[in-house]
Amino acid sequence: MSNQAEAGYVVSHGRSKAFYERFERKSELQHQTHFCPGCGHGTVHKMLAQAIDELGIQDRTIMIGPVGCGVFTYYYFDVGNVQAAHGRAPAVATAMKRSRPESIVISYQGDGDLSAIGSAEILHAANRGEHISVIFVNNAIYSMTGGQFAPTTLLGQKSTTTPLGRSAKAEGYPLHISELLATLQAPVYIERVGLGDNKQVAQAARAVRRAVENQVRGLGFSLVEILSPCPTIWKMTPVESQHWVRDVMEKTFPLGVFCDRTREAQAQTAPAAAPPLERIPEILGVVGAAEPEFSATQARTAEVDLEVRIAGFGGQGVLLLGEVLAEAGLDAGLEVSWLPSYGPEMRSGTSNCHVRLSSAPIDSPLVSAPNMLIAMNEPSLRKFDASVRPGGWIIYNGDEFPPECMRKDVHVLAHPFTHLADELGDARACNMTMLGALLEIAGAVPQASIDAALHRLVRNPRWVELDERALERGRAVCRESMVEEVTR
Amino acid sequence: MTNTEKKDRGLLRIDTDECKGCGLCIEACPPKVIGLSERLNHYGYRTAVYAGHGCTGCGICFMVCPEPGAITVLRAVLPPSRQTSGLPHHDAEGASPCASN
Ligand code: SF4
Ligand code: SF4
Ligand code: SF4
Repeated sequence: MSNQAEAGYVVSHGRSKAFYERFERKSELQHQTHFCPGCGHGTVHKMLAQAIDELGIQDRTIMIGPVGCGVFTYYYFDVGNVQAAHGRAPAVATAMKRSRPESIVISYQGDGDLSAIGSAEILHAANRGEHISVIFVNNAIYSMTGGQFAPTTLLGQKSTTTPLGRSAKAEGYPLHISELLATLQAPVYIERVGLGDNKQVAQAARAVRRAVENQVRGLGFSLVEILSPCPTIWKMTPVESQHWVRDVMEKTFPLGVFCDRTREAQAQTAPAAAPPLERIPEILGVVGAAEPEFSATQARTAEVDLEVRIAGFGGQGVLLLGEVLAEAGLDAGLEVSWLPSYGPEMRSGTSNCHVRLSSAPIDSPLVSAPNMLIAMNEPSLRKFDASVRPGGWIIYNGDEFPPECMRKDVHVLAHPFTHLADELGDARACNMTMLGALLEIAGAVPQASIDAALHRLVRNPRWVELDERALERGRAVCRESMVEEVTR
Repeated sequence: MTNTEKKDRGLLRIDTDECKGCGLCIEACPPKVIGLSERLNHYGYRTAVYAGHGCTGCGICFMVCPEPGAITVLRAVLPPSRQTSGLPHHDAEGASPCASN
Protein backbone atom coordinates (compact mmCIF):
# COMPACT_ATOMS: atom_id res chain seq x y z
CA MET A 1 0.00 0.00 0.00
CA SER A 2 1.50 3.30 -1.00
CA ASN A 3 2.29 6.12 1.33
CA GLN A 4 0.10 8.29 -0.79
CA ALA A 5 -2.99 6.29 0.06
CA GLU A 6 -2.05 6.40 3.75
CA ALA A 7 -1.35 10.09 3.91
CA GLY A 8 -3.57 11.73 6.48
CA TYR A 9 -3.68 8.57 8.58
CA VAL A 10 -1.82 7.52 11.68
CA VAL A 11 -1.33 4.04 13.02
CA SER A 12 -3.81 3.37 15.79
CA HIS A 13 -3.34 -0.39 16.10
CA GLY A 14 0.00 -1.88 15.13
CA ARG A 15 2.70 -4.28 16.09
CA SER A 16 3.65 -3.94 19.76
CA LYS A 17 7.10 -2.81 20.72
CA ALA A 18 7.16 -5.50 23.37
CA PHE A 19 7.59 -8.07 20.58
CA TYR A 20 10.95 -8.69 19.00
CA GLU A 21 11.28 -7.31 15.49
CA ARG A 22 12.15 -10.77 14.28
CA PHE A 23 11.46 -14.07 15.95
CA GLU A 24 14.74 -15.89 15.61
CA ARG A 25 13.26 -19.28 16.12
CA LYS A 26 14.31 -20.70 12.80
CA SER A 27 15.54 -19.25 9.56
CA GLU A 28 12.10 -19.16 7.92
CA LEU A 29 9.01 -17.47 9.33
CA GLN A 30 10.86 -15.01 11.53
CA HIS A 31 7.96 -12.58 11.50
CA GLN A 32 5.26 -15.13 12.30
CA THR A 33 4.45 -17.03 15.46
CA HIS A 34 4.64 -20.81 15.54
CA PHE A 35 0.96 -21.03 16.44
CA CYS A 36 -1.56 -22.65 14.14
CA PRO A 37 -3.82 -20.27 12.18
CA GLY A 38 -6.53 -18.99 14.50
CA CYS A 39 -4.87 -20.11 17.72
CA GLY A 40 -5.91 -18.13 20.78
CA HIS A 41 -2.36 -18.06 22.11
CA GLY A 42 -1.39 -15.54 19.44
CA THR A 43 -4.27 -13.27 20.35
CA VAL A 44 -3.39 -13.46 24.04
CA HIS A 45 0.27 -12.76 23.26
CA LYS A 46 -0.80 -9.61 21.47
CA MET A 47 -2.95 -8.46 24.38
CA LEU A 48 -0.10 -9.00 26.76
CA ALA A 49 2.37 -7.19 24.52
CA GLN A 50 -0.02 -4.30 24.22
CA ALA A 51 -0.44 -4.10 28.00
CA ILE A 52 3.34 -4.06 28.42
CA ASP A 53 3.59 -1.26 25.85
CA GLU A 54 0.84 0.80 27.39
CA LEU A 55 2.14 0.44 30.94
CA GLY A 56 5.67 1.27 29.85
CA ILE A 57 7.19 -1.69 31.67
CA GLN A 58 9.07 -3.51 28.93
CA ASP A 59 12.45 -2.90 30.56
CA ARG A 60 11.46 -4.45 33.85
CA THR A 61 9.15 -7.26 32.76
CA ILE A 62 10.11 -10.89 33.25
CA MET A 63 8.03 -13.44 31.41
CA ILE A 64 7.91 -16.98 32.76
CA GLY A 65 7.11 -19.36 29.92
CA PRO A 66 5.34 -22.70 30.32
CA VAL A 67 5.63 -26.11 28.75
CA GLY A 68 3.03 -26.62 26.04
CA CYS A 69 2.09 -24.74 22.90
CA GLY A 70 2.91 -21.49 24.71
CA VAL A 71 6.49 -22.57 25.40
CA PHE A 72 8.19 -20.07 23.08
CA THR A 73 7.36 -16.83 24.91
CA TYR A 74 11.09 -16.11 24.91
CA TYR A 75 11.17 -16.03 21.13
CA TYR A 76 8.49 -13.38 20.98
CA PHE A 77 8.63 -11.05 23.96
CA ASP A 78 11.52 -8.65 24.07
CA VAL A 79 11.61 -8.72 27.88
CA GLY A 80 13.40 -10.82 30.48
CA ASN A 81 12.52 -14.46 29.90
CA VAL A 82 12.69 -17.67 31.85
CA GLN A 83 11.19 -20.90 30.62
CA ALA A 84 10.04 -23.05 33.51
CA ALA A 85 9.73 -26.80 33.92
CA HIS A 86 6.27 -28.22 33.31
CA GLY A 87 3.78 -26.65 35.71
CA ARG A 88 6.38 -24.78 37.72
CA ALA A 89 5.99 -21.30 36.25
CA PRO A 90 4.32 -19.84 39.39
CA ALA A 91 7.16 -21.16 41.55
CA VAL A 92 9.77 -19.65 39.25
CA ALA A 93 7.75 -16.44 39.12
CA THR A 94 7.71 -16.38 42.93
CA ALA A 95 11.48 -16.60 43.06
CA MET A 96 11.87 -13.95 40.39
CA LYS A 97 9.51 -11.51 42.04
CA ARG A 98 10.97 -11.99 45.48
CA SER A 99 14.54 -11.62 44.39
CA ARG A 100 13.83 -8.75 41.99
CA PRO A 101 10.87 -6.99 43.60
CA GLU A 102 11.01 -4.07 41.19
CA SER A 103 10.35 -6.40 38.24
CA ILE A 104 6.96 -7.10 36.75
CA VAL A 105 6.72 -10.87 36.64
CA ILE A 106 4.21 -12.49 34.34
CA SER A 107 3.60 -16.20 34.54
CA TYR A 108 2.11 -17.57 31.32
CA GLN A 109 0.56 -21.04 31.35
CA GLY A 110 -1.81 -23.28 29.47
CA ASP A 111 -4.38 -25.53 31.08
CA GLY A 112 -2.41 -28.76 30.81
CA ASP A 113 0.50 -27.03 32.49
CA LEU A 114 -1.36 -25.04 35.14
CA SER A 115 -4.30 -27.21 36.08
CA ALA A 116 -2.71 -30.66 35.97
CA ILE A 117 0.98 -31.06 36.69
CA GLY A 118 1.21 -27.52 38.05
CA SER A 119 -1.90 -27.52 40.20
CA ALA A 120 0.12 -27.44 43.42
CA GLU A 121 2.33 -24.56 42.31
CA ILE A 122 -0.52 -22.31 41.24
CA LEU A 123 -2.57 -23.08 44.33
CA HIS A 124 0.21 -22.16 46.72
CA ALA A 125 1.41 -19.14 44.77
CA ALA A 126 -2.16 -17.83 44.88
CA ASN A 127 -2.55 -18.71 48.52
CA ARG A 128 0.67 -16.90 49.39
CA GLY A 129 -0.63 -13.94 47.44
CA GLU A 130 2.55 -13.68 45.41
CA HIS A 131 2.80 -10.35 43.66
CA ILE A 132 2.70 -11.84 40.19
CA SER A 133 0.34 -11.76 37.22
CA VAL A 134 -0.80 -15.11 35.89
CA ILE A 135 -2.10 -15.49 32.37
CA PHE A 136 -3.90 -18.80 32.13
CA VAL A 137 -4.83 -19.90 28.62
CA ASN A 138 -7.51 -22.57 28.84
CA ASN A 139 -8.34 -24.50 25.69
CA ALA A 140 -9.67 -27.56 27.52
CA ILE A 141 -7.13 -29.99 26.13
CA TYR A 142 -3.46 -30.93 25.97
CA SER A 143 -2.68 -29.41 22.59
CA MET A 144 1.04 -29.64 22.06
CA THR A 145 1.15 -33.36 22.70
CA GLY A 146 -1.73 -34.03 20.35
CA GLY A 147 -4.98 -33.76 22.26
CA GLN A 148 -5.05 -35.78 25.45
CA PHE A 149 -7.74 -34.88 27.93
CA ALA A 150 -6.85 -32.34 30.58
CA PRO A 151 -8.45 -31.56 33.94
CA THR A 152 -10.28 -28.76 32.07
CA THR A 153 -11.70 -30.97 29.31
CA LEU A 154 -15.48 -30.66 29.10
CA LEU A 155 -17.76 -33.52 30.00
CA GLY A 156 -18.42 -35.50 26.86
CA GLN A 157 -15.53 -33.86 25.01
CA LYS A 158 -13.56 -36.37 22.97
CA SER A 159 -9.82 -36.54 23.22
CA THR A 160 -7.21 -39.11 22.32
CA THR A 161 -7.37 -40.45 25.86
CA THR A 162 -11.15 -40.15 26.23
CA PRO A 163 -12.17 -41.36 22.78
CA LEU A 164 -15.77 -41.79 23.86
CA GLY A 165 -15.86 -38.42 25.56
CA ARG A 166 -14.91 -37.43 29.07
CA SER A 167 -17.12 -38.97 31.69
CA ALA A 168 -17.40 -37.64 35.21
CA LYS A 169 -17.32 -41.16 36.54
CA ALA A 170 -14.01 -42.12 35.01
CA GLU A 171 -12.19 -38.79 34.67
CA GLY A 172 -13.90 -36.49 37.13
CA TYR A 173 -15.44 -33.11 36.41
CA PRO A 174 -13.83 -30.18 34.60
CA LEU A 175 -11.63 -28.29 37.03
CA HIS A 176 -12.72 -24.72 37.62
CA ILE A 177 -9.44 -23.08 38.45
CA SER A 178 -10.72 -19.52 38.75
CA GLU A 179 -13.56 -20.47 41.10
CA LEU A 180 -11.22 -22.68 43.11
CA LEU A 181 -8.58 -20.00 43.58
CA ALA A 182 -11.20 -17.38 44.33
CA THR A 183 -12.01 -19.23 47.56
CA LEU A 184 -8.58 -18.23 48.85
CA GLN A 185 -8.09 -15.08 50.88
CA ALA A 186 -4.93 -13.76 49.29
CA PRO A 187 -5.61 -13.16 45.58
CA VAL A 188 -6.67 -9.62 44.67
CA TYR A 189 -8.06 -10.24 41.21
CA ILE A 190 -9.32 -13.30 39.37
CA GLU A 191 -11.37 -13.10 36.20
CA ARG A 192 -12.36 -15.53 33.48
CA VAL A 193 -12.71 -14.13 30.00
CA GLY A 194 -13.09 -15.68 26.55
CA LEU A 195 -12.07 -15.19 22.96
CA GLY A 196 -15.51 -16.21 21.67
CA ASP A 197 -16.51 -13.02 19.86
CA ASN A 198 -15.61 -9.34 19.50
CA LYS A 199 -17.11 -8.31 22.80
CA GLN A 200 -15.36 -11.10 24.66
CA VAL A 201 -12.05 -10.31 22.99
CA ALA A 202 -12.29 -6.68 24.01
CA GLN A 203 -13.07 -7.67 27.59
CA ALA A 204 -10.19 -10.16 27.58
CA ALA A 205 -7.78 -7.43 26.55
CA ARG A 206 -9.00 -5.25 29.42
CA ALA A 207 -8.63 -8.10 31.91
CA VAL A 208 -5.10 -8.95 30.78
CA ARG A 209 -4.13 -5.35 31.15
CA ARG A 210 -5.68 -5.15 34.60
CA ALA A 211 -3.84 -8.23 35.79
CA VAL A 212 -0.55 -6.64 34.84
CA GLU A 213 -1.49 -3.21 36.05
CA ASN A 214 -2.41 -4.59 39.49
CA GLN A 215 1.17 -5.69 39.84
CA VAL A 216 2.50 -2.35 38.70
CA ARG A 217 0.37 -0.84 41.45
CA GLY A 218 1.78 -3.35 43.94
CA LEU A 219 -1.59 -4.88 44.74
CA GLY A 220 -0.89 -8.60 44.78
CA PHE A 221 -1.79 -11.85 43.05
CA SER A 222 -3.83 -11.53 39.85
CA LEU A 223 -4.96 -14.24 37.49
CA VAL A 224 -6.85 -14.09 34.21
CA GLU A 225 -8.20 -17.30 32.77
CA ILE A 226 -8.81 -17.02 29.06
CA LEU A 227 -11.03 -19.51 27.24
CA SER A 228 -9.08 -19.85 24.06
CA PRO A 229 -9.64 -21.62 20.75
CA CYS A 230 -7.43 -24.46 19.59
CA PRO A 231 -8.71 -25.07 16.07
CA THR A 232 -6.16 -27.78 15.33
CA ILE A 233 -6.95 -30.16 18.14
CA TRP A 234 -10.62 -29.31 18.24
CA LYS A 235 -10.69 -30.09 14.50
CA MET A 236 -12.64 -26.97 13.63
CA THR A 237 -12.04 -23.93 11.49
CA PRO A 238 -10.73 -20.90 13.39
CA VAL A 239 -14.12 -19.21 13.18
CA GLU A 240 -15.98 -22.35 14.30
CA SER A 241 -13.67 -22.76 17.25
CA GLN A 242 -14.15 -19.14 18.19
CA HIS A 243 -17.88 -19.76 18.29
CA TRP A 244 -17.37 -22.98 20.22
CA VAL A 245 -15.73 -20.96 22.98
CA ARG A 246 -18.78 -18.74 23.22
CA ASP A 247 -21.52 -21.29 22.62
CA VAL A 248 -20.17 -24.42 24.32
CA MET A 249 -17.13 -23.83 26.47
CA GLU A 250 -18.62 -20.86 28.25
CA LYS A 251 -21.49 -23.03 29.52
CA THR A 252 -19.05 -25.07 31.56
CA PHE A 253 -16.75 -22.17 32.37
CA PRO A 254 -18.90 -19.09 32.99
CA LEU A 255 -17.18 -15.78 32.39
CA GLY A 256 -16.88 -13.14 35.03
CA VAL A 257 -14.90 -11.66 37.87
CA PHE A 258 -14.53 -14.18 40.68
CA CYS A 259 -12.54 -12.07 43.04
CA ASP A 260 -11.71 -8.40 43.10
CA ARG A 261 -10.03 -6.98 46.15
CA THR A 262 -8.16 -4.34 44.24
CA ARG A 263 -10.01 -1.58 46.05
CA GLU A 264 -9.29 -2.83 49.55
CA ALA A 265 -5.79 -4.00 48.69
CA GLN A 266 -3.06 -1.83 50.09
CA ALA A 267 -0.31 -1.14 47.67
CA GLN A 268 2.43 -3.13 49.27
CA THR A 269 5.96 -2.07 49.17
CA ALA A 270 8.22 -4.82 47.96
CA PRO A 271 9.18 -7.39 50.57
CA ALA A 272 12.56 -6.78 52.08
CA ALA A 273 15.32 -8.06 49.87
CA ALA A 274 17.09 -11.21 51.02
CA PRO A 275 20.09 -10.51 53.25
CA PRO A 276 23.50 -10.63 51.59
CA LEU A 277 25.42 -13.86 51.82
CA GLU A 278 27.98 -12.45 54.26
CA ARG A 279 25.28 -11.85 56.83
CA ILE A 280 23.94 -15.40 56.83
CA PRO A 281 26.37 -16.72 59.52
CA GLU A 282 25.38 -13.86 61.79
CA ILE A 283 21.66 -14.52 61.24
CA LEU A 284 22.13 -18.20 61.91
CA GLY A 285 24.08 -17.34 65.03
CA VAL A 286 27.24 -19.09 63.94
CA VAL A 287 29.63 -16.16 63.91
CA GLY A 288 32.89 -16.73 65.67
CA ALA A 289 32.26 -20.44 65.68
CA ALA A 290 35.66 -21.12 64.27
CA GLU A 291 35.42 -20.83 60.53
CA PRO A 292 36.92 -23.81 58.73
CA GLU A 293 40.58 -23.16 58.47
CA PHE A 294 41.54 -26.27 56.60
CA SER A 295 43.88 -26.92 59.47
CA ALA A 296 44.74 -30.25 58.21
CA THR A 297 45.67 -30.40 54.66
CA GLN A 298 48.44 -30.95 57.14
CA ALA A 299 50.50 -33.84 56.01
CA ARG A 300 47.85 -36.14 54.72
CA THR A 301 49.84 -38.85 53.16
CA ALA A 302 47.64 -41.89 52.74
CA GLU A 303 44.74 -41.96 50.29
CA VAL A 304 41.46 -41.81 52.14
CA ASP A 305 38.37 -43.71 51.13
CA LEU A 306 35.99 -44.08 54.00
CA GLU A 307 32.49 -45.33 53.33
CA VAL A 308 30.64 -45.29 56.58
CA ARG A 309 27.16 -46.40 57.48
CA ILE A 310 25.98 -45.35 60.91
CA ALA A 311 22.86 -46.94 62.30
CA GLY A 312 21.03 -46.80 65.59
CA PHE A 313 17.78 -45.91 67.24
CA GLY A 314 16.33 -42.49 66.70
CA GLY A 315 17.69 -40.27 69.46
CA GLN A 316 21.03 -42.04 69.77
CA GLY A 317 22.76 -39.27 67.88
CA VAL A 318 23.29 -41.15 64.66
CA LEU A 319 22.96 -38.11 62.45
CA LEU A 320 25.19 -35.91 64.60
CA LEU A 321 27.85 -38.59 64.66
CA GLY A 322 27.83 -38.59 60.87
CA GLU A 323 27.81 -34.83 60.73
CA VAL A 324 30.84 -34.44 62.97
CA LEU A 325 32.71 -37.00 60.90
CA ALA A 326 31.82 -35.29 57.61
CA GLU A 327 32.52 -31.82 58.95
CA ALA A 328 35.90 -32.96 60.23
CA GLY A 329 36.67 -34.46 56.83
CA LEU A 330 35.74 -31.19 55.21
CA ASP A 331 38.02 -29.36 57.59
CA ALA A 332 40.79 -31.76 56.68
CA GLY A 333 40.40 -30.84 53.03
CA LEU A 334 38.80 -34.11 52.00
CA GLU A 335 35.85 -34.63 49.70
CA VAL A 336 32.88 -35.50 51.88
CA SER A 337 29.22 -36.39 51.71
CA TRP A 338 26.63 -36.88 54.43
CA LEU A 339 23.28 -38.37 53.61
CA PRO A 340 20.74 -38.92 56.33
CA SER A 341 18.32 -41.70 55.63
CA TYR A 342 15.07 -40.43 56.97
CA GLY A 343 12.23 -42.77 57.44
CA PRO A 344 9.23 -43.45 59.55
CA GLU A 345 11.83 -44.58 62.10
CA MET A 346 12.74 -41.01 62.97
CA ARG A 347 10.83 -41.32 66.23
CA SER A 348 11.63 -44.85 67.20
CA GLY A 349 13.18 -47.84 65.54
CA THR A 350 16.37 -47.61 63.53
CA SER A 351 17.64 -44.56 61.76
CA ASN A 352 20.83 -44.34 59.77
CA CYS A 353 23.06 -42.16 57.68
CA HIS A 354 25.67 -42.48 54.99
CA VAL A 355 28.99 -40.68 55.23
CA ARG A 356 31.81 -40.67 52.74
CA LEU A 357 35.27 -39.16 53.14
CA SER A 358 37.57 -39.45 50.20
CA SER A 359 40.68 -37.90 48.71
CA ALA A 360 39.06 -38.32 45.29
CA PRO A 361 35.81 -36.72 44.13
CA ILE A 362 32.76 -38.61 45.38
CA ASP A 363 30.49 -40.07 42.75
CA SER A 364 27.53 -40.89 44.94
CA PRO A 365 26.65 -40.08 48.54
CA LEU A 366 24.97 -43.46 48.89
CA VAL A 367 26.88 -46.03 50.90
CA SER A 368 25.47 -49.41 50.07
CA ALA A 369 28.63 -51.41 50.82
CA PRO A 370 30.37 -49.66 53.73
CA ASN A 371 33.91 -50.35 54.83
CA MET A 372 32.92 -49.05 58.26
CA LEU A 373 29.68 -49.87 59.99
CA ILE A 374 28.77 -48.29 63.28
CA ALA A 375 25.90 -50.26 64.74
CA MET A 376 24.55 -48.65 67.85
CA ASN A 377 22.27 -51.55 68.70
CA GLU A 378 21.48 -55.08 67.68
CA PRO A 379 18.63 -54.45 65.23
CA SER A 380 20.87 -52.01 63.38
CA LEU A 381 23.65 -54.56 63.27
CA ARG A 382 21.36 -57.21 61.89
CA LYS A 383 20.05 -54.83 59.29
CA PHE A 384 23.43 -53.89 57.86
CA ASP A 385 26.08 -56.42 58.87
CA ALA A 386 25.87 -58.38 55.65
CA SER A 387 26.47 -55.25 53.59
CA VAL A 388 29.94 -54.56 55.04
CA ARG A 389 32.68 -54.96 52.50
CA PRO A 390 35.24 -57.77 53.08
CA GLY A 391 38.17 -56.31 54.99
CA GLY A 392 35.94 -53.67 56.53
CA TRP A 393 35.08 -52.97 60.14
CA ILE A 394 32.00 -53.33 62.29
CA ILE A 395 31.95 -51.22 65.46
CA TYR A 396 29.21 -52.53 67.63
CA ASN A 397 27.64 -51.18 70.79
CA GLY A 398 26.86 -54.25 72.91
CA ASP A 399 28.22 -56.55 75.55
CA GLU A 400 28.75 -59.35 73.16
CA PHE A 401 28.66 -59.67 69.44
CA PRO A 402 25.88 -62.03 68.30
CA PRO A 403 27.71 -65.15 67.13
CA GLU A 404 25.48 -65.63 64.09
CA CYS A 405 26.56 -62.21 62.83
CA MET A 406 30.22 -63.18 63.02
CA ARG A 407 31.99 -63.08 59.68
CA LYS A 408 35.50 -64.26 58.93
CA ASP A 409 36.18 -61.50 56.43
CA VAL A 410 35.45 -58.43 58.54
CA HIS A 411 36.99 -56.94 61.67
CA VAL A 412 34.79 -56.47 64.68
CA LEU A 413 35.09 -54.13 67.61
CA ALA A 414 32.32 -54.91 70.05
CA HIS A 415 32.07 -52.97 73.27
CA PRO A 416 29.30 -51.65 75.53
CA PHE A 417 29.94 -48.05 74.47
CA THR A 418 26.80 -46.89 76.26
CA HIS A 419 28.41 -47.85 79.57
CA LEU A 420 31.48 -45.84 78.67
CA ALA A 421 29.36 -42.79 78.09
CA ASP A 422 27.44 -43.46 81.28
CA GLU A 423 30.67 -43.49 83.23
CA LEU A 424 31.60 -40.18 81.64
CA GLY A 425 28.37 -38.61 82.82
CA ASP A 426 25.73 -39.02 80.11
CA ALA A 427 24.72 -42.08 78.12
CA ARG A 428 23.86 -39.84 75.20
CA ALA A 429 27.57 -39.31 74.54
CA CYS A 430 27.68 -42.93 73.35
CA ASN A 431 27.75 -41.76 69.75
CA MET A 432 31.00 -39.86 70.34
CA THR A 433 32.70 -42.77 72.03
CA MET A 434 31.94 -44.82 68.94
CA LEU A 435 33.17 -42.05 66.68
CA GLY A 436 36.38 -42.01 68.72
CA ALA A 437 36.81 -45.70 68.03
CA LEU A 438 36.18 -45.22 64.34
CA LEU A 439 38.70 -42.39 64.12
CA GLU A 440 41.26 -44.48 65.92
CA ILE A 441 40.81 -47.28 63.40
CA ALA A 442 40.60 -45.10 60.31
CA GLY A 443 43.27 -42.63 61.31
CA ALA A 444 42.28 -40.51 58.33
CA VAL A 445 41.30 -37.30 60.04
CA PRO A 446 43.62 -35.19 62.19
CA GLN A 447 42.52 -34.43 65.74
CA ALA A 448 42.55 -30.68 65.04
CA SER A 449 39.90 -31.13 62.37
CA ILE A 450 37.76 -33.18 64.71
CA ASP A 451 38.00 -30.55 67.41
CA ALA A 452 37.10 -27.83 64.94
CA ALA A 453 34.09 -29.81 63.69
CA LEU A 454 32.88 -30.48 67.19
CA HIS A 455 33.08 -26.82 68.11
CA ARG A 456 31.14 -25.83 65.03
CA LEU A 457 28.37 -28.36 65.43
CA VAL A 458 27.87 -28.57 69.17
CA ARG A 459 26.83 -25.27 70.65
CA ASN A 460 26.66 -26.07 74.34
CA PRO A 461 30.14 -25.86 75.96
CA ARG A 462 29.20 -28.47 78.52
CA TRP A 463 28.49 -30.90 75.73
CA VAL A 464 31.59 -30.00 73.82
CA GLU A 465 33.63 -30.87 76.85
CA LEU A 466 31.76 -34.14 77.42
CA ASP A 467 32.00 -35.08 73.75
CA GLU A 468 35.72 -34.44 73.72
CA ARG A 469 36.19 -36.78 76.64
CA ALA A 470 33.89 -39.32 74.97
CA LEU A 471 35.91 -39.25 71.78
CA GLU A 472 39.09 -39.79 73.70
CA ARG A 473 37.57 -42.61 75.76
CA GLY A 474 36.42 -44.32 72.57
CA ARG A 475 39.86 -44.06 71.08
CA ALA A 476 41.38 -45.53 74.22
CA VAL A 477 38.99 -48.48 74.30
CA CYS A 478 39.82 -49.13 70.70
CA ARG A 479 43.58 -49.09 71.36
CA GLU A 480 43.17 -51.39 74.37
CA SER A 481 41.11 -53.90 72.45
CA MET A 482 43.68 -53.97 69.66
CA VAL A 483 46.37 -54.74 72.20
CA GLU A 484 44.15 -57.46 73.60
CA GLU A 485 43.76 -58.95 70.17
CA VAL A 486 47.49 -58.95 69.57
CA THR A 487 48.43 -60.38 72.92
CA ARG A 488 45.72 -63.00 72.85
CA MET B 1 -9.13 10.37 -3.98
CA THR B 2 -10.66 13.66 -4.87
CA ASN B 3 -11.58 16.59 -2.70
CA THR B 4 -15.25 15.81 -2.90
CA GLU B 5 -14.90 12.10 -2.05
CA LYS B 6 -15.57 11.40 1.61
CA LYS B 7 -12.48 10.10 3.31
CA ASP B 8 -12.80 6.92 5.41
CA ARG B 9 -12.20 7.20 9.13
CA GLY B 10 -9.95 4.17 9.05
CA LEU B 11 -7.59 2.31 6.83
CA LEU B 12 -6.46 -1.27 6.95
CA ARG B 13 -3.01 -2.55 6.10
CA ILE B 14 -2.39 -6.29 5.88
CA ASP B 15 1.05 -7.82 5.74
CA THR B 16 0.48 -10.78 3.46
CA ASP B 17 3.68 -12.48 4.63
CA GLU B 18 2.44 -12.56 8.20
CA CYS B 19 -1.20 -13.37 7.65
CA LYS B 20 -2.12 -17.03 8.05
CA GLY B 21 -5.55 -16.66 6.54
CA CYS B 22 -7.44 -17.82 9.58
CA GLY B 23 -10.35 -15.54 8.72
CA LEU B 24 -10.95 -14.26 12.24
CA CYS B 25 -10.61 -10.65 11.12
CA ILE B 26 -13.07 -11.24 8.29
CA GLU B 27 -15.62 -12.57 10.78
CA ALA B 28 -14.91 -9.77 13.25
CA CYS B 29 -15.05 -6.71 11.01
CA PRO B 30 -18.35 -4.93 11.68
CA PRO B 31 -18.73 -3.25 8.25
CA LYS B 32 -17.44 -6.41 6.54
CA VAL B 33 -14.72 -4.77 4.54
CA ILE B 34 -12.21 -7.63 4.72
CA GLY B 35 -12.18 -10.60 2.37
CA LEU B 36 -9.96 -13.55 1.58
CA SER B 37 -7.51 -13.46 -1.31
CA GLU B 38 -7.63 -15.85 -4.25
CA ARG B 39 -3.84 -15.86 -4.43
CA LEU B 40 -1.77 -17.86 -2.00
CA ASN B 41 1.05 -16.14 -0.21
CA HIS B 42 4.63 -17.32 0.02
CA TYR B 43 3.68 -19.86 2.70
CA GLY B 44 0.66 -21.25 0.91
CA TYR B 45 -2.04 -19.39 2.81
CA ARG B 46 -4.84 -17.40 1.30
CA THR B 47 -4.64 -14.11 3.09
CA ALA B 48 -6.94 -11.41 4.31
CA VAL B 49 -7.45 -8.51 1.90
CA TYR B 50 -8.96 -5.13 2.53
CA ALA B 51 -11.85 -4.15 0.29
CA GLY B 52 -10.19 -0.79 -0.19
CA HIS B 53 -12.76 1.41 1.48
CA GLY B 54 -15.28 1.43 4.31
CA CYS B 55 -12.97 0.86 7.26
CA THR B 56 -14.06 2.72 10.38
CA GLY B 57 -10.75 2.28 12.17
CA CYS B 58 -12.38 0.43 15.07
CA GLY B 59 -9.37 -1.87 15.47
CA ILE B 60 -11.37 -5.00 16.19
CA CYS B 61 -9.71 -6.93 13.40
CA PHE B 62 -6.35 -6.12 14.96
CA MET B 63 -7.43 -7.37 18.35
CA VAL B 64 -8.74 -10.73 17.18
CA CYS B 65 -5.85 -11.41 14.83
CA PRO B 66 -3.39 -13.88 16.39
CA GLU B 67 -0.35 -12.67 14.46
CA PRO B 68 1.68 -9.81 15.92
CA GLY B 69 2.25 -7.90 12.71
CA ALA B 70 -0.32 -9.14 10.19
CA ILE B 71 -2.71 -6.24 10.69
CA THR B 72 -2.13 -2.54 11.08
CA VAL B 73 -5.08 -0.21 11.47
CA LEU B 74 -4.70 3.44 10.70
CA ARG B 75 -6.98 6.27 11.67
CA ALA B 76 -7.63 9.50 9.86
CA VAL B 77 -5.85 12.37 11.54
CA LEU B 78 -8.73 14.82 11.10
CA PRO B 79 -12.44 14.11 11.36
CA PRO B 80 -13.76 13.15 7.89
CA SER B 81 -16.11 16.16 7.88
CA ARG B 82 -13.12 18.48 7.73
CA GLN B 83 -11.27 16.54 5.09
CA THR B 84 -12.64 18.65 2.25
CA SER B 85 -11.82 21.95 3.89
CA GLY B 86 -8.43 22.04 2.22
CA LEU B 87 -6.57 22.49 5.48
CA PRO B 88 -3.06 21.12 5.20
CA HIS B 89 -2.42 18.06 7.35
CA HIS B 90 0.49 15.79 8.05
CA ASP B 91 0.52 12.14 8.82
CA ALA B 92 2.41 10.87 11.81
CA GLU B 93 4.99 9.02 9.82
CA GLY B 94 6.33 12.26 8.43
CA ALA B 95 5.21 11.91 4.81
CA SER B 96 4.28 15.17 3.13
CA PRO B 97 0.61 15.96 2.68
CA CYS B 98 -1.04 13.97 -0.02
CA ALA B 99 -0.37 15.61 -3.34
CA SER B 100 -3.83 15.01 -4.72
CA ASN B 101 -5.45 16.89 -1.85
S1 SF4 C 1 -2.36 -26.95 18.69
FE1 SF4 C 1 -3.96 -25.60 19.40
S2 SF4 C 1 -3.09 -24.45 21.09
FE2 SF4 C 1 -1.40 -25.41 19.98
S3 SF4 C 1 -0.72 -23.85 18.53
FE3 SF4 C 1 -2.20 -25.12 17.47
S4 SF4 C 1 -4.16 -24.12 17.76
FE4 SF4 C 1 -2.74 -23.27 19.25
S1 SF4 D 1 -10.52 -1.53 11.77
FE1 SF4 D 1 -12.62 -2.19 12.10
S2 SF4 D 1 -13.69 -1.50 10.25
FE2 SF4 D 1 -11.55 -1.43 9.80
S3 SF4 D 1 -11.12 -3.34 8.82
FE3 SF4 D 1 -10.67 -3.58 11.01
S4 SF4 D 1 -12.53 -4.36 11.87
FE4 SF4 D 1 -13.05 -3.58 9.87
S1 SF4 E 1 -6.95 -12.53 11.58
FE1 SF4 E 1 -4.84 -12.06 11.04
S2 SF4 E 1 -3.98 -13.96 10.39
FE2 SF4 E 1 -6.18 -14.24 10.44
S3 SF4 E 1 -6.81 -13.78 8.35
FE3 SF4 E 1 -6.97 -11.90 9.47
S4 SF4 E 1 -5.01 -10.90 9.15
FE4 SF4 E 1 -4.75 -13.00 8.58
